[in-house]
Parts: sequence; structure tokens; C-alpha cells
Amino acid sequence: MKISEAFRNKPLLIVYICAGDPSPEETPDLVRRLVRAGADIVELGLPHSDPIADGPTIQAAAQRAIAAGMNTDLYFQAAADANVDCPLIFMGYYNMVYARGLDRFARDCAKSGIAGMIVPDLPPEEAGPLREACRRHGVDLIFLAAPNTPPERLQMIQENTSGFLYLVARAGVTGARSDIQEATRDLIARASGDVPTAVGFGISTPEHAAEVIRSGADAAIVGSACVDLIARGELDRLEQLVRQMKEAVRRAKTQ
Amino acid sequence: MNQAQSAAKFGRYGGCFVPETLVQPVMEVASAYSRLKASPEFRRELEEMLKHFAGRPTPLYFAKNLSRDLGRRIYLKREDLVHGGAHKLNNTLGQALVAKHMGKTRLIAETGAGQHGVATAIVGANLGFETQVYMGEVDIERQKMNVYRMELMGAEVIPVRSGSRTLKDAINEAMRDWSSSFENTYYLFGTAAGPHPFPSMVRDFQSVIGAEARGQIQEAEGRLPDSIVACVGGGSNAMGIFAPFLKDDVRLIAVEAGGRGLGHDDKTADHGASLGCGQDGILHGSLTRILQDPHGQILESYSIAAGLDYPGVGPELAYLAERGRIKTATADDRAALRGFRTLSRREGIIPALESAHAVGYVLREPEALGDLAIINVSGRGDKDLATVMEYENL
Repeated sequence: MKISEAFRNKPLLIVYICAGDPSPEETPDLVRRLVRAGADIVELGLPHSDPIADGPTIQAAAQRAIAAGMNTDLYFQAAADANVDCPLIFMGYYNMVYARGLDRFARDCAKSGIAGMIVPDLPPEEAGPLREACRRHGVDLIFLAAPNTPPERLQMIQENTSGFLYLVARAGVTGARSDIQEATRDLIARASGDVPTAVGFGISTPEHAAEVIRSGADAAIVGSACVDLIARGELDRLEQLVRQMKEAVRRAKTQ
Repeated sequence: MNQAQSAAKFGRYGGCFVPETLVQPVMEVASAYSRLKASPEFRRELEEMLKHFAGRPTPLYFAKNLSRDLGRRIYLKREDLVHGGAHKLNNTLGQALVAKHMGKTRLIAETGAGQHGVATAIVGANLGFETQVYMGEVDIERQKMNVYRMELMGAEVIPVRSGSRTLKDAINEAMRDWSSSFENTYYLFGTAAGPHPFPSMVRDFQSVIGAEARGQIQEAEGRLPDSIVACVGGGSNAMGIFAPFLKDDVRLIAVEAGGRGLGHDDKTADHGASLGCGQDGILHGSLTRILQDPHGQILESYSIAAGLDYPGVGPELAYLAERGRIKTATADDRAALRGFRTLSRREGIIPALESAHAVGYVLREPEALGDLAIINVSGRGDKDLATVMEYENL
């Protein structure tokens, strides 16, 4: 499914997990569980040795996944094996994409059911070659905007992104936080327009998810909170959290 | 491509591959630096500090015994005599003044062996910044003395427990810190690598080494040298001495850490030779030559010299190596130790283990130098005595 099709039923819940954590074999089933529990899009992280945009939770997951043997070949295999009826999105660092070759990477995405790519350390200014490769293979390339992104740059990013615009809820790295800040609401307001928006970084509870939707975002992204439950092997609670967040997102729409 | 972007590249190398939250902080440093470097007051301020605080200019010393041994004229650029014991202060002074002009109140830095951390602690104390230095847990254990030096000067050393717990992880952690602290904090990057503008800015601040050496060798010999030899980790001392000679007919030799040999396993390379053995990739914000596995995971590097123990290299060096403007070479741990001992015994100068790689290369391949050569002695070796004693089971 294309990302744009998924956004017809907005607001959405997007769930991030790190592929290969706890093992490459378990990843397809985990993806299916998330979808069953209500995830509209699954963001599947490819673990990297040096994840500079990630906090301790996702760093630890990446280390576990690499130790468990996860690599790019197994990643695409896991994505294809998940075989779910919703878009999958690749999330990973540019060196992993670059090492495989940009065209080959985009082609492998398209072949394994991955509809879009998020590359957090690749700003639009450096993304020309990957954008071309993504276009050739019909894969969306999703850019990020942050609270400190100035207005004219935000407009440039909106013009460059495809699928949706990823709004970084706050300065800093990924990881669960206790509240939603004014800066987040301000960014959502500034970014509202033709391009759908999804808010991530620090969204860890149903209340957070509801709040960003009420503030005008089209999707909420939860990552570290789910990764944490996977690390503890609490898969029932994982499904429960996803269900609750999905419900909060749906309800926030009607309010 | 606009002008700011093309200034950020060296051929295809360099660039600014950072998360969106860091784009603005990095651009602010770039614009502050480009404004300040044109300012006569800023240059005067920096020159004063370099002269009266850092102890510049450093001598270009004719190594008479080594010259006799090797049958050619060899000069040593004495960066070991800079305050703090290494060339690192040239850069930290420059960047700390930039930070001051930007109105920042806190400095953060990464350090491997601790030399850049110490140089940052020095400027933090002197110019009145709150200073925090990220250092891998493994390195803290290896370099207790430098940890204490930093603390003595009021810097806080923050142990890094992620990843391989060494320099590359300390850089990751400092970048993570900066992505939420940029309002009041300046990230004082230690080498001529990282995202634009750091490779150019660090090169500029370090090129005082080459500018001085150029005048000094002309005064002493009436001509430019045939060759210049410098060790390369990230590349700041090498770019510093090479930069003013790029347009001349001078052979520039970059000596990387050969470590235990040029092999590697799944996670760890036995060396730090990113120019010689790496491939194109993105690490710490720039496209350069890096040590990585076929999937793009960064390998841990290895060298007896902590300052050369880095799986990346500055993008400008990657560009110059590809263009053939610099010659790349390696010296392994043994060659470095030979350089360490020889310079100590023959000249009464104990070089840093990093600089000892350049000396070790010269001892091994003197014929590559021509008749007149300069070795950049980037630092002094006091910090390395425990390492050498342990290595030789003393």
C-alpha cells in the first residue's frame, strides 16, 4: 500500500521497531502483531553501529540486533516475510543506504513492501541522488523538520518530502519523555498544509499521541516505548499499548 | 547547489550529513566563523592568545643527529612545545573564541586519548566556559592522568558507555548532547573531520603550523622542503602543516596507524588506516573514507596511539589522497615504538606515540623524503609513558 493511501484514513498511528531485535527471525511476527493491534504504518529500523539521532533505548536495541546477526540482506527478507497489508517504512542511517548503493537500496525497498524511507542524517541538501533513486522505484523519501527549523527552510523541506513530513517533537534524540512541549505544538501549527504530518520523538503514551493529533498532526509516531517493551519481552503489553494509542488517536480526531 | 554547499565539499567528500535538529546549530557556527575569520579584531585576538598563552611560534628544529643517521636534512616542527603538549590548542583556542563571539556559555567536546579534552579544558578554564568532555569508558581507564588534568582545570569528564566506548562513541554522544543543548552550548570538535564547517575551520586554525614552518624553512634553508611527513588520525595536524604547501612542489606524506597489521574481523580493524584501507561512507556528518563492514556498520579501529585510533578521516585528506596530491602510508605499532625510542635517544625529544608514527615511517623509508624534509612532531610523549612501559613489559 502507498503511504498516501494510508493517510486517507487519518489520523494514523505509526509504530517504530528496530528490525532484528531480539532476533531477525522474530521481526516478521512482531510487525504482524503491531498491525493486528492497530498500527497503520510500521516504521522498521535498520540497526546501525553509530545511531547519532537515537537515545539510549534505541541504541541498545540496535546493539542487540547487530549482535543477533541483523544485516541489510536479512532486513529486506524480514520486511518481505512480514507480508502485511499496510505500508512499511525504512528508517536508518545514510551510511547503511550508501554502502548498499542508492539505486539497489531503493529497488530492494520496493521489492520487499517498503513504501518509504526515513534517513535521519540525510538533510534535503544532500539527498539529491537518493531522491532520484527513490523516484525511479516509486518509494517515498520522507524528510524531517524540527522545532528549530526556520520558516523558509521548513517550506523547502515540505516541498522536498514525499509521503508525509516527519516532525521532530523536540530537540534532542529519540526516547520516551514526560510531556509535549509548546515547541511541538508550534511546529505542528507551522507545518500544517497540503503535506500530511507525523510527529515523533518522545511520544510514549496514549495522551501524548492524542495531544499531537488534537494539535493538528495527521499521525503520531511511537518508538522507544514499544522498543522498551520488546526488550523486556512483554509482547502482550506491547499490543495493549499500541491498541490504546490507536484508540487515543482515533478519539482525538472526533474531539 | 548554492555557494554555502559547494564550500562544504572537497570534490565528492565532505558535506553536512546531520539530523535536522543539528542543521541550524551547524549553520550558525559556519556563518559565525565566516564572519569572524574576515575580522581583523578576531585575528588579532587569536594571534595574541597563540603568542602569549599557547607559546607560538614553535621552533622548526634541525634534527642534526637524525639527519646524520639518515643522510639527509631533517627538520622537526615542534608542536610538542605548544601549551598542553600538542597542536590541539591551536584549534581549541580558535574555536573557543568563535564560541565566545557567538555568546555561548558552555563547551562540549569529545576526546580519545584525552589531548583534545585537555586542550578544551584549558580554553574552558582560561576563557570562562562551563566545559564537559565526553570520553569513552575504555579510554578513561587507559588515560587516567589526562582525565585528572581535565578535572583539575574545571572540566567535567562524562564517561561514554555506548557502542565501543571509545572515541567514535564519544563523538556520537557529544552530537546527541548538542542536539538538545545548542542554545547555550558550542560543540568544540577536535579534528579536521565532522560536518561542514568543522573540516575547513579546524584546518584553518591548525594551518598556523604550516604557515610558520614555511617561513622558517625558507629562512633556514633558502628553499621549500622536498617533503613533509605527518601522522593522520582524523587529520588535524596533517592538514595544519600540509595546507600552506598544497600548491607547491612539496611531497606531502600522510602516515596512518598500521596497528597490528592491515587486517580486520567482523567488528574490529587491526589498524586505523581509513585513507589506505577504507571505503567511501558517511561518518560523523561527512562523506569520507571510513573503515566499515560490507553492510555499512562502522568497524572499531585500533592503534597503540589513541589519537590515531579512529575509523574515519577528514574529508579534505580523503579528497587530496584520491587526487594523488598527498601520498598515504602506514606505520604499525612496532614502527611507531621505534620512532618513539629513536627520537628520544638521538635528539632528546620524546614524541607523542601519534607523532612517533611519522618518525617511524621516516626511519623505514628515508629515501621517500628527498634531501630536505620536515616531520610534524604533533605532540609530546609524556602522556604515553605508561602505554609504552606496558607494551614493553617494563
